[in-house]
Amino acid sequence: MRWVNRQISRSDRLLWGAAPILLLVLLYIFAAAGRHAANPSDKILPLPSGMAQAMSSLIFERDMLSGQYLFWADTLASLQRLGLGLGIATLVALVLGLLLGALPPVRAVLGPLVTAIAVIPPIALLPVLFIALGLGETAKVALIAIGVAPVMLRDIAGHVAALPREQIIKAQTLGAGSWQILIRVALPQALPRLFQAVRLALGPAWVFLISSEAIASDVGLGYRIFLVRRYLSMDVIIPYVAWIALLAIAMDVALTWGSRRCFPWAQGANH
Amino acid sequence: MSTLLSLRDLWVEYGDKIVLEKVDLDIAEGSFVSIIGPSGAGKSSLLRVILGQESPTRGTILLDGAPLAPECGPDRGVVFQRYSVFPHLTVLQNTMFGLECAQAPLLARLFGAARTKARAEATAMLEAVGLGDNLHIYPAQMSGGMQQRLAIAQALIKRPRILLLDEPFGALDPGIRADMHGLITQLWREFGLTIIMVTHDIREAFSLGTRVLALDKRRHDPHAPHRFGATAVYDLPLRPREEPEA
Repeated sequence: MRWVNRQISRSDRLLWGAAPILLLVLLYIFAAAGRHAANPSDKILPLPSGMAQAMSSLIFERDMLSGQYLFWADTLASLQRLGLGLGIATLVALVLGLLLGALPPVRAVLGPLVTAIAVIPPIALLPVLFIALGLGETAKVALIAIGVAPVMLRDIAGHVAALPREQIIKAQTLGAGSWQILIRVALPQALPRLFQAVRLALGPAWVFLISSEAIASDVGLGYRIFLVRRYLSMDVIIPYVAWIALLAIAMDVALTWGSRRCFPWAQGANH
Repeated sequence: MSTLLSLRDLWVEYGDKIVLEKVDLDIAEGSFVSIIGPSGAGKSSLLRVILGQESPTRGTILLDGAPLAPECGPDRGVVFQRYSVFPHLTVLQNTMFGLECAQAPLLARLFGAARTKARAEATAMLEAVGLGDNLHIYPAQMSGGMQQRLAIAQALIKRPRILLLDEPFGALDPGIRADMHGLITQLWREFGLTIIMVTHDIREAFSLGTRVLALDKRRHDPHAPHRFGATAVYDLPLRPREEPEA
């Protein structure tokens, strides 16, 4: 049978998909065990037991200095920044994207500005944000929002502008004005696309979060990773990175599920 | 029959390309006008101008004696070949849309008694086009013929002065198309509609219409084919509007 025609069943797919991950984990354990056999105090490739030990003190014990459970404090701080930044970006992208996509005069006025902002590398704006907004939470949230909003905005605007012209004409022959077309025709059809845009923005948002935390912060997942790097604490860095990956996957799955739940019409049943 | 729509000395040009030249037409109330002609003869341009989607380069259009605004409005309903219905609304919501827009300028949604009334009106209209049993499905779950039935119901609920059809049955199977011919003739009689239909299908044009207009170029310059536009070269009155049996 040709490879293009080979369909893998659901259960087999799980098995085959897990295989390379398990293989990598095994390879790592072999390499780590080898290094520890040669040097029991090796820090570069910690064994799972070492990671568990290092993490348990961060997860279950209060930090002596701040009196907080560091792992949970880091997670909470990072998720709060990410949520605020993404939330603001999503709102801006939806409102401006609708206006830009559906109303040609707004597109003529704001289109070039949005394009100009979108081509600036957001990290280059970080010093400006730190100077203007201080080193606190505001600058970090602003970096995430500024970093992901333009791409999302242009995606939504493009999607709305690409709605079939016939629909817009038809709505007008049914007596709808600009505002009614915006809220009843453009908005509902932009929402599934918005879920997609948020999903795709999650990757860059994490990059901006970790960057800003690495540069100036006193709590957060990114801050912790860059702090313990000074002590070569791979036994903390690796679990933290795995935790970040897990959080990102959970958000992605939740968005996909939510989109499918909320917009049954967009799933293209059979036509 | 009184004149409902008059086109006076109408020209449509795109750049230096002339699509329609000197179109003069009077369309009587209650007539079913079929427009035929070769591709590129400006059938769809003429329909878009009447619809208000485009404004003519020269000339005037009068509806009930008053000049038309160059914008689409609820006095002219339309059914396109495709994309005429909203994919994110169910059959019933699609049909209620026109009522909601008229009665709720701010939210475009109705509540309470007004909603119940609009629902009843929309349901009755859907039953008239044969969709009474499929009120709550989305267009993606419907066949092409059902989608066109929905598009017709959606347009008719606004009681437009004129219904414009742009190759409405062009994408349908022959059997479904025959059903749709029956439906549109029946609706035309029941609601006393005035219909202008653009079609490629000459048999359809003659079997449905009370009047057939053939658009084509009168003159042809082989060195500059775009410099002459099309106009109504044949205008065939077929039969007077049949009165519905009492």
